[in-house]
Order: sequence, then C-alpha cells, then structure tokens
Amino acid sequence: MENLLNLFVKSVFIENMVFAYFLGMCSFLAVSKSVKTATGLGLAVIFVQVITLPVNYLLENYLLKEGALKWLGAGYETVDLSFLSFIMFIAVIASMVQLVEMVVEKFAPVLYNQLGIFLPLIAVNCAILGGSLFMQQKAFHTLGEATVYGFGSGFGWFLAIISIAAIREKIQYSQIPAPLRGLGITFIITGLMGLAFMGFMGIKL
Amino acid sequence: MSEGLFSKKNIGLLAGPIGSNNPITVQVLGICSALAVTAQLKPAFVMALSVTVVVAFGNVIISLLRNTIPNRIRIIVQLVVIAALVIIVDQFLKAFVYDVSKQLSVFVGLIITNCILMGRLEAFALGNKPWPSFLDGIGNGAGYGLILIIIAFFRELLGSGTLWGFRIIPESWYIANGGFYSNNGMMILPPMALITVGVIIWVQRSRNSKLQEK
Repeated sequence: MENLLNLFVKSVFIENMVFAYFLGMCSFLAVSKSVKTATGLGLAVIFVQVITLPVNYLLENYLLKEGALKWLGAGYETVDLSFLSFIMFIAVIASMVQLVEMVVEKFAPVLYNQLGIFLPLIAVNCAILGGSLFMQQKAFHTLGEATVYGFGSGFGWFLAIISIAAIREKIQYSQIPAPLRGLGITFIITGLMGLAFMGFMGIKL
Repeated sequence: MSEGLFSKKNIGLLAGPIGSNNPITVQVLGICSALAVTAQLKPAFVMALSVTVVVAFGNVIISLLRNTIPNRIRIIVQLVVIAALVIIVDQFLKAFVYDVSKQLSVFVGLIITNCILMGRLEAFALGNKPWPSFLDGIGNGAGYGLILIIIAFFRELLGSGTLWGFRIIPESWYIANGGFYSNNGMMILPPMALITVGVIIWVQRSRNSKLQEK
C-alpha cells in the first residue's frame, strides 16, 4: 500500500509528464486558453490513461515480452514480440479514445462541442503513449502498480494543464512585448513552472 | 503532368516549413519530443533525421492511399502506417547506432504520436499527389530538425562546453583547473529547452511581424 502511494506521488510530482518529460505538449499549449476546457481535456486524459495502462500492461506481460507467451506451451518460451509493442499500444489507445469520444458525446454534449478536434487528438497525445512506454521500461510487478502509475501520470498532466490555463487567463491583461505574445510567453512560463517542479526532484521515495 | 518536378510551387513546399511556416515555432506541432532530446547535438540530429524519414514516407504512403481510405477510420489507418514506419526506424537505430538509441529511450516510439506526422498527413497528404507530399514531408522534417539543432547547439555548448561530444571550451578555462569558467548546469535541465524555444519564437516573430498574435 505504501509502495503504491509512493508511486502515485512520484508520478504526479517528481516525474510529471509535462514538466519532467514534455509529453503531451501539443494539446497542452493549444487547449490551455481557458480553465474550463482545460479541465475537461485533463479529465479525459486521466480517464483514458487509467483504462489504457492496465490493458497495455496485460498485453506486455502476456503477449509481447520475451517469454511472455509461455502460457501457450513449452515451445513458445523464447518468442520475443516486443518489436510489435508500438503498434499494439497505439491500437489500444486509438480504440479507447474512440470509446471515450462516444461516451462524452452521449452524456456531455456541451463538453463535446468545446473539446472539438482535441478529443480525437488524445489518441496522438504523447502523454498517453508515453505512459505506456514508460510502463514497459519500468517493468512494474503488479497490475495494481500499472494502474496507479496510469492514474498518477494522468493526474499530473491534469494538474499541469489547469495551472497553465489559469496563468494564461490572468496574463491576458498584462503588457507583453508583441512578438512574445501568445505562444512565446507560454513557452517561457512553462519553462519556469518546470524549474519550480524540479524542486521536487530532491525528494527520495 | 503539366509542371516540372522542381517547379516554383514545389520549391515553396520545401522551403516554407523551414522558415515562415515552421512546424515548431509557427504551427506548434511536434513539441513533445522536440525538447527532451536536445541536451546534446548528436541525439538531436538522429531524432531530426528519423522524423524526416518517417514524415516523408508516411506522407507518400498516405497520399498513394488517399482515394481508398474510408473517411471514418482514417486516423487508425494513419496511425498504423506511422507505427509501422517508426518500428522500422527503431530497429534500424538499435542495429546501427545503439548508444544513441539508448539515449533516445522512449522518444523514438513517441515519434508515432508526434503531432507533426498526424498534422501533415491530415492537412496535406490526404489532399495531394505523392510527389508534392514527399516534398512537404522533407520540408517539415527539415524545419523541425533546424529548430532541434539550434536548441541542441546552445544547450550543449553552454551546458557541457562541448559540441557533438568534442570539447569546445578548453579544459584550462575551468575553475577546477585554475581558470575562470564553469558550465551553466541549468542548460542541461529540461525547462531550459522550453525557454530556449520561447526565445527562438521571440526572435523569429520580431523579424517577421506577420506572425505576431494580437
């Protein structure tokens, strides 16, 4: 239990998807103009992440990894399909996103209209695929760990996008040099927030 | 075929993304992987090359298939084409430049979700012939690579005092050897990549006022 809690805190703060690895930057920069849409997208990312990570974990451990196919019989012990992992992971993610899109369209049409093009684009949000690839690299021991990591990394992304959206709403009233307005200043703010998040690196868990 | 292979329009396709329509600083695509691999020149260069190859050939393949892909499932088709190309690139890197492939870690796989790819496939390859699509892919890959190399140049020079692994700032300048110089350790850290891009955008937009936002 303590182990899972540590993993959660680590994936939210110390290994934050946005500030430590720059994953999911495209939608992070494009959808962060208002807090409301940012919240919607953030929640959708958490949801997709919590579903796809355990599914990909099972795929990785019972299908793709070297020796993962030994449940099929003795002859399959040395089969290594890990070169197929990109295509399997992205297929799982794309179909999950399709599912989320249908659910949101049915139950929250207002949110659906606000998110617009960015909902299908979660499929190509690097944070989601990144989560699965980091899961593969970290070689978690249990399904529980993979799920917690999924939730934690999604939550970290959610936290990042609502904080940048709040800052961007505020700086609309500031005097910024014209060439820096919009994109430029957002990059610099993200960099500064990243520096602040580096403070968590000293925490040993 | 009424126009030549290198007509003015086609040259524009190639040159546009390198300058005024740059994928990173103007279209805001492909930032995800751009920043994480730029602490040194070598991985940045390998990454730029890989992305260029994948964009160019992905564009050609989708452009050849553009009349046969049903509209509803086009995203999945695009992802499969890209993923297959990325697997080839990944295996190639593992076979020939293993140390760089280790350094890039998950970021080679993340080329799949690089927004430049989806963006260009959606916006260009689905509506154009293979040859212009190929040029568009090369142009966008080069524009992406240019920014990557600029960032990596400054980060490696100021952060480690080397370029491509070769020492530029002489050892004797360092404080440890009785000199006056020390590396700016912050340039190696991820956040400085973002700030460097911010500054590049600033420079580009102050030279080209058409790109400025209100």
